Amino acid sequence: MEILSLLADGFAVALTPQNLFLSVLGCFLGTLMGALPGLGPANGVAILIPIAFSLGLGPTPSLILLTSVYYGAMYGGRISSILLNIPGDEPAMMTCLDGYPMAQQGKAGEALSLSGVASFVGAFVATCGLVLLAPQLVKIALLFGPAEYFVLFTVAFATLGGISSTNQAKSAFAAALGLGIAMIGSDSQTGSQRFTFGHIHLYDGIDFLIAIVGLFALSEVFIFLEHHRGGAASAGTAKVGRIMPDFSMIKRCIPSMARGTGLGFFAGVLPGAGASLGSFLAYSLEKQAVDRDGKTFGKGDPRGVAAPEAGNNAASGGALVPMLALGVPGSGTTAVLLAVLLQLNITPGPLLFTKNPDVVWGLIAALFLANFILLAMNIPLVGIFTRVLMVPTRILMPVVAMISFVGIYSITGSTFDVMLMVGFGVAGWLLRKLEVPLVPVILGILLGNQMEVNLRRAMTISDGDWLILVGSPLTIILWIIAITGFVLPMLLGRRVKKRMEAARNEEEFVGD
Amino acid sequence: MSDRIFGGFGLALAIFYVWAATTIKDSFMVDIVGPRAFPYIVGTVLGLTSIYFVIRPDKEPDWPILKDLAEILFAAAVMLAYCWVLPEVGFVIATIFATAYLTWRLGSAPLWSLVTGLATSVGIYVVFHLILGLSLAKGPFGF
Repeated sequence: MEILSLLADGFAVALTPQNLFLSVLGCFLGTLMGALPGLGPANGVAILIPIAFSLGLGPTPSLILLTSVYYGAMYGGRISSILLNIPGDEPAMMTCLDGYPMAQQGKAGEALSLSGVASFVGAFVATCGLVLLAPQLVKIALLFGPAEYFVLFTVAFATLGGISSTNQAKSAFAAALGLGIAMIGSDSQTGSQRFTFGHIHLYDGIDFLIAIVGLFALSEVFIFLEHHRGGAASAGTAKVGRIMPDFSMIKRCIPSMARGTGLGFFAGVLPGAGASLGSFLAYSLEKQAVDRDGKTFGKGDPRGVAAPEAGNNAASGGALVPMLALGVPGSGTTAVLLAVLLQLNITPGPLLFTKNPDVVWGLIAALFLANFILLAMNIPLVGIFTRVLMVPTRILMPVVAMISFVGIYSITGSTFDVMLMVGFGVAGWLLRKLEVPLVPVILGILLGNQMEVNLRRAMTISDGDWLILVGSPLTIILWIIAITGFVLPMLLGRRVKKRMEAARNEEEFVGD
Repeated sequence: MSDRIFGGFGLALAIFYVWAATTIKDSFMVDIVGPRAFPYIVGTVLGLTSIYFVIRPDKEPDWPILKDLAEILFAAAVMLAYCWVLPEVGFVIATIFATAYLTWRLGSAPLWSLVTGLATSVGIYVVFHLILGLSLAKGPFGF
């Protein structure tokens, strides 16, 4: 009951006219960004953080805007999957398999509305799950001391590569690179200058926003330049057909949605799994469950659209659980959302729930609202978003680049920082070519200082005895999770990756 | 081979990082671990993983042909130049040319590139500066 009253307070926050407007705006922009290939949720949120920040929005309104973008992008990813067989973002990959054949059979409208409903079910149930699960996780997290936190951060890095990672050394390298960048600047404990080489611009450290926008958004622009991909995603208006959902079809897909939602939520909560794995699991298990002989799946079976869409949106809700309750994100986009919180001087984790309940519950209420807004936007108005696919990338990508510059310049006002962002953009392009994942770099930059602070606090408590890091049952359990999460992909990674790649076309993406 | 070169660079970076960590000065405040321990750990991970890349490289990534590589270098150079002239000529003028360059390289016709550049620049100026009130670089003309 306590949860309900907290949630009611949250709705009071979310329903103010300003926040409601931001939510609608965020949903719209998010769907747009999700629909456009090459601009995933992580990119979209990354570009908008500096803008939201320099607009001087308070913590709750900024969070509402940016999480609406996050949910919106997850909904929007399916549009180009279905109409063009090009996933708008990585989690929408599985939707291509049955969505595109449906569109070819002239049932694009049905596929879009069905996937809209499935997205709604997945995201709605996952948000309910977030409400129930996050406070429980907070209770566990309150038992954590500095040593446990240090190991928890290690868990985050060890599992971030995910089950489909083929080269764990590259994930570890990326994490170390990020942590190394985080060390630049004055030491938070003693005030010593570290790695600044007397360069005054580095005294405050490198702003993580510069790194995020450079690594995610600008490197994407370079990828487009490299491939000269300047055309429009869609040549003409794709035929959508009837837009209103076919209720008998939806009814038939209810069990598929339920299974997809359950699996997706589970995959989202687990560290290092994320929405891509959620939709992949949902699709493959749905196929196992209802179509063992492979007769209809892959040829336009509506259940093959409903299950992965429910899974992907449930996973994106589930991924918020560890991010909010522990302060440890499990995927690229939640890492970017963590950046939002840090930028607003809010430290996520168990104390957030006791110290800033208005922020947490306002955010959760906003997520519920965003779901309804998105359902309304995505079913009757889907035609608007399909038209956006006709904007050629030769116009779109320069605009993305320029907005990135505007955002960073408006918060730092420094030429040096903007140049640094270009540097990160080139580095991001190079790392992507070498298949070094970028998400651990970002997470390293975001969590580096906290990780070090916790290590040093733990050592102060133990008076310099390193054994404190394995000194409690909780730390030992966390180490086991970390080691399993790091070693398992080495054994299974290639197999899972191969199966996922069977469905993927040559598009390249940044995390999910 | 690319991974081996990358590993070599990584190793050099790790050695440099650890060396730079040894030069960190203590301040008047001290704690048990000190400001150097964590950077040492990070440097070690960097070094070990780099050695792994040298020993067991992945298959070669598909590098772009020289022309496309030059494309990226030029674009990066244009962006750096853009940052550099931003305070000199102001947001609107710098952005027209930077956008025009990028959209031209992505396949717009030269004249249309300038039109796109102008539209983008003025559009961003109106939305982000005039409506939303973000501070953009001011040149000699005040925009």
